[in-house]
Amino acid sequence: MADGVVRSKKTQNKTVARPRTALLTPFLSSNPCPDLDLCPRFSLSESRRSSSSRVAGVEDEGRTLEDFSAALAMNPFSSGTRLRDMIKAIRACKTAAEERAVVRKECAAIRSSISENDQDYSHRNIAKLMFIHMLGYPTHFGQMECLKLIASAGFPEKRIGYLGLMLLLDERQEVLMLVTNSLKQDLGHTNQYIVGLALCALGNICSAEMARDLAPEVERLLLTRDPNIKKKAALCSIRIIRKVPDLAENFLSPATSLLKEKHHGVLIAGVQLCTDLCKVSEDASNHLRKNCTEGLVRILKDICNSPYAPEYDIAGITDPFLHIRVLRLLRMLGHGDADTSEYINDILAQVASKTESNKNAGNAILYECVETIMGIEATSGLRVLAINILGRFLSNRDNNIRYVALNMLMKAISVDSQAVQRHRTTILECVKDSDASIRKRALELVFLLVNDTNAKPLTKELVDYLEVSDQDFKGDLTSKICSIIEKFSQEKKWYIDQMVKVLSLAGNYVKDNVWHALIVAISNAPDLQGYSVRSLYKAFQLSSEQVSLVQVTIWCIGEYGEMLVNNVGVLQVEEPMTVTESDAVDVLESCLTHHSTDITTQSMCLIALLKLSSRFPPSSGRVKEIITTHIGSVVLELQQRAIEFNSIIQRHQNIKSSLVERMPVLDESTFISKRAGSSQANISTEKSNQQLPSGASLKLSNGVAKPAASPLVDLLDLSLDDTPVPTSTSNDFLHDLLDVGLTNSSSSGVASASGTDILMDLLSIGTPVQSNTTPENGSSIKGFNDILPIAKPNTATVQVVDLLDGLASNGSHPGAQSPVHPSIIAYQSSTLKITFSFTKQPDKPQVTQIHATFMNLSSEAYTDFIFQAAVPKFIQLHLDPANSNHLPASGNGRITQTFTITNTQHGQKPLAMRIRIAYKVSNQERLEQGQINNFPPGL
Amino acid sequence: MGIRFVLLVNKQGQTRLAQYYAEHLTLDERRALEGEIVRKCLARTEQQCSFVEHRNYKIVYRRYASLFFLVGVDNDEQMEYTYCGSFTHGRSKQFSSVIAYVAMGAVVDVIAYVNELAILEFIHLFVETMDRHFGNVCELDIMFHLEKAHFMLEEMVMNGCIVETSKSNILAPIQLMEKAS
Repeated sequence: MADGVVRSKKTQNKTVARPRTALLTPFLSSNPCPDLDLCPRFSLSESRRSSSSRVAGVEDEGRTLEDFSAALAMNPFSSGTRLRDMIKAIRACKTAAEERAVVRKECAAIRSSISENDQDYSHRNIAKLMFIHMLGYPTHFGQMECLKLIASAGFPEKRIGYLGLMLLLDERQEVLMLVTNSLKQDLGHTNQYIVGLALCALGNICSAEMARDLAPEVERLLLTRDPNIKKKAALCSIRIIRKVPDLAENFLSPATSLLKEKHHGVLIAGVQLCTDLCKVSEDASNHLRKNCTEGLVRILKDICNSPYAPEYDIAGITDPFLHIRVLRLLRMLGHGDADTSEYINDILAQVASKTESNKNAGNAILYECVETIMGIEATSGLRVLAINILGRFLSNRDNNIRYVALNMLMKAISVDSQAVQRHRTTILECVKDSDASIRKRALELVFLLVNDTNAKPLTKELVDYLEVSDQDFKGDLTSKICSIIEKFSQEKKWYIDQMVKVLSLAGNYVKDNVWHALIVAISNAPDLQGYSVRSLYKAFQLSSEQVSLVQVTIWCIGEYGEMLVNNVGVLQVEEPMTVTESDAVDVLESCLTHHSTDITTQSMCLIALLKLSSRFPPSSGRVKEIITTHIGSVVLELQQRAIEFNSIIQRHQNIKSSLVERMPVLDESTFISKRAGSSQANISTEKSNQQLPSGASLKLSNGVAKPAASPLVDLLDLSLDDTPVPTSTSNDFLHDLLDVGLTNSSSSGVASASGTDILMDLLSIGTPVQSNTTPENGSSIKGFNDILPIAKPNTATVQVVDLLDGLASNGSHPGAQSPVHPSIIAYQSSTLKITFSFTKQPDKPQVTQIHATFMNLSSEAYTDFIFQAAVPKFIQLHLDPANSNHLPASGNGRITQTFTITNTQHGQKPLAMRIRIAYKVSNQERLEQGQINNFPPGL
Repeated sequence: MGIRFVLLVNKQGQTRLAQYYAEHLTLDERRALEGEIVRKCLARTEQQCSFVEHRNYKIVYRRYASLFFLVGVDNDEQMEYTYCGSFTHGRSKQFSSVIAYVAMGAVVDVIAYVNELAILEFIHLFVETMDRHFGNVCELDIMFHLEKAHFMLEEMVMNGCIVETSKSNILAPIQLMEKAS
């Protein structure tokens, strides 16, 4: 067949249907990275090097489609011309619809051919189906045909059959059960190529059950003399021990003997098998450490020093793939073992210093070698060598090399952070690279590099870069900057300054909880409130398009408007500025009317305006006008607010000022702990209640002497039995409650004509006042008490509450020792449902106990039920045994299993888990797997 | 785990070869994944590095003429997930004898990553092998001889692990086959 191609190439010079471009040629002419250059092994005619003469080259050597057909006519898999016809027809399609039509027609033909049991065409059919499958169309109907081909006697049929099996099937399908027998027969075949085919198929698709059945065959084949069979059997064993780890011990001694081979294919497969054995069993790695370290070092020495071996030579290095594999196994053996590490120190030093780094293959080995040095208990001299290699990589021109250097430095940080700090400037440059992959790596590395001493300059660099960075990079960059600012701020002013900068540069990318934190911080810094509102005002004048900046500004103007106008608490560094009352109102009005403002912002504007009308009596007429314009708003929320606020301004001047008083100081520690999802939330609230200055709460308007007020959270959390507490603090929190009450009450809250209590109006509660109201508190308290039962159940759904008072978090329950995390449905398929519920020890925020409940949704009982879970490495997992392994049908019983996870990066990274469930239904194995991403935050 | 998939895609985004290892994607998932990856890689310039992170894969890609060779490997950023579930001990299938198997965190740490540069070298080896067989291999060769390209890949990679790196060893069974027919 190869002859056919060559002949047609030489004899026929027809016009080309499509220019034929050899893959390797243009790559040479526009080689992006010189390190990856091809050796001059390929004799390439000069005419192919330049693009202008490439056309001529095509004319010279041009093969037409007809040539291809000549070649294909001799292809045993196309039997006739039809495969070529099909590919040609598909290629000729101009639209996806045309292609679908062609594929449909072909599939119909193949189906009928299959049903007619047409043996002559079955391998051609499979070849076609492979092509159709590659294009992404369903091809399940060809599966049985593959089995038939596998069962036939001839090698060509078997080969295409196995290939089809690997492509069209996967281990979940029941068809696979039927193939076990054919595989068993072929594994015992006398022809080595047929055995090779069977091993290859088994290695790619075998299921746990097949692994158990066929493991003895594979073990036997590991001991044959033919290297081709040996290497495939070794890789097949890898699959088997991954599927059934308890078979590992059987493979240990054959694997060890593989390392003594000379054939590179066998060696590479053997080394990989050993690596996998180490992964699944501690015993195996001890055994290998004792018996194989010496052999591995010798292998590495041999390939390092071997003379030129043309078959395995890549860029002057003998078999880099084997190099890398051996280095990786040595890393596993040397990890945490001083003796082995010492033993392999020398050879690592030799590899690290002798390998040439001007070609990609050499760099790949160096990269692996550095990783190994970092992974074992290496001497300090060796570590210096490794860090130096990384430094060289980092300054390389080639982007690929820089990328892996950044990758590696991230791991090196835990070994020697000082050495990595030395490269800080270079790394910072990489954050500004034009390549997104490099930027992402570098940003993550910078994040790890930040410490108390360099936080300020690094933040400045990053913030400066934020201004000019790509749009699609801003999100990542912003969130990283924000966490650096929050984590490393030592003084409040710096924190506020940086946040205002970030908000005005990339406010649209700032997450809600970040600017909520800013508001909490401002409210906790009485001496910086004036400064904050003024800087926000200035920033707003320059960039009014950034949503979160706008929202923070609105909130601050509402709260601290008079500080803006009267220049309260001017710091020395500030430039003096004059803002009039009407300027402040202008800001709010422009936000309210701006076309791109969303409802949340508009609602915040309305509240801020109401507050200003009390802070700036001269402007209250104007405020009233603005509010009135929204009485007819089509948005229910705005209309309601406008109408209610209007009635406050018109009819209730006497209580307005107390109604819209400044927010009480938001409790910082509660907020932080809630954000971090710490279980200490409530404890800290209690603690801070005693510590808080709680300035506002001392003014007890009702004269009811009560202990110091608790923040809003407590108010909202309080059940009716606790009414005495709210009475003591009612006035201070009335305005907060307004937010709650307003959003919850029905929209009919137009003030009633009679002069009854305003709160009653606002909430329009027609029901009788609760009986447990303290009588001497007066009517306003009655209304207030009424709010509680209404407001409380709904708080979770009210967005505004969250936005305005970061404290009013959703339904954390009073009395509970730790926040209750809701249960989740972790996994659900048509056959199985898994529910997780969570418990936490209050003093250990990192540790979560998960109670998993499994329920069988199908009508058949499951036996041998096994649940497995996998977690990223920053999480530790401990599984307790389940209470049963038998799961009755249709939800009639449950299995429960408890496990404990420890999130070592608690507060920084959320939980994630992959699960795998194996069970048997009427003695057939089933496997389900999935990933759980819906863990409640804060675990 | 190593290699999760090998994809050959031309400049128009049409798949020319697709092989997945230990990856169970439905047809729709596969199409979606290929589409996303191709869009991401095709948009990159030649000066940018050959690595792209996508979902839980890291894609190492290299372009030869009109054809992109994409190899998906585990992304170590996501950390390799080690199944530390409960294995049955010995051969007994008694679930009660299951011992909770705690992650061998330390061991996982040191091997849970893929050498991207080696994968690049592997791609090149694959192209060279095809080039030796077809002689100036081009996209059409791969299209019309899809099964042969698969046979070569099969000789080189099994279950996501590289098994043979010598071109003549890879090609031997294929040439034998051709002689026979």
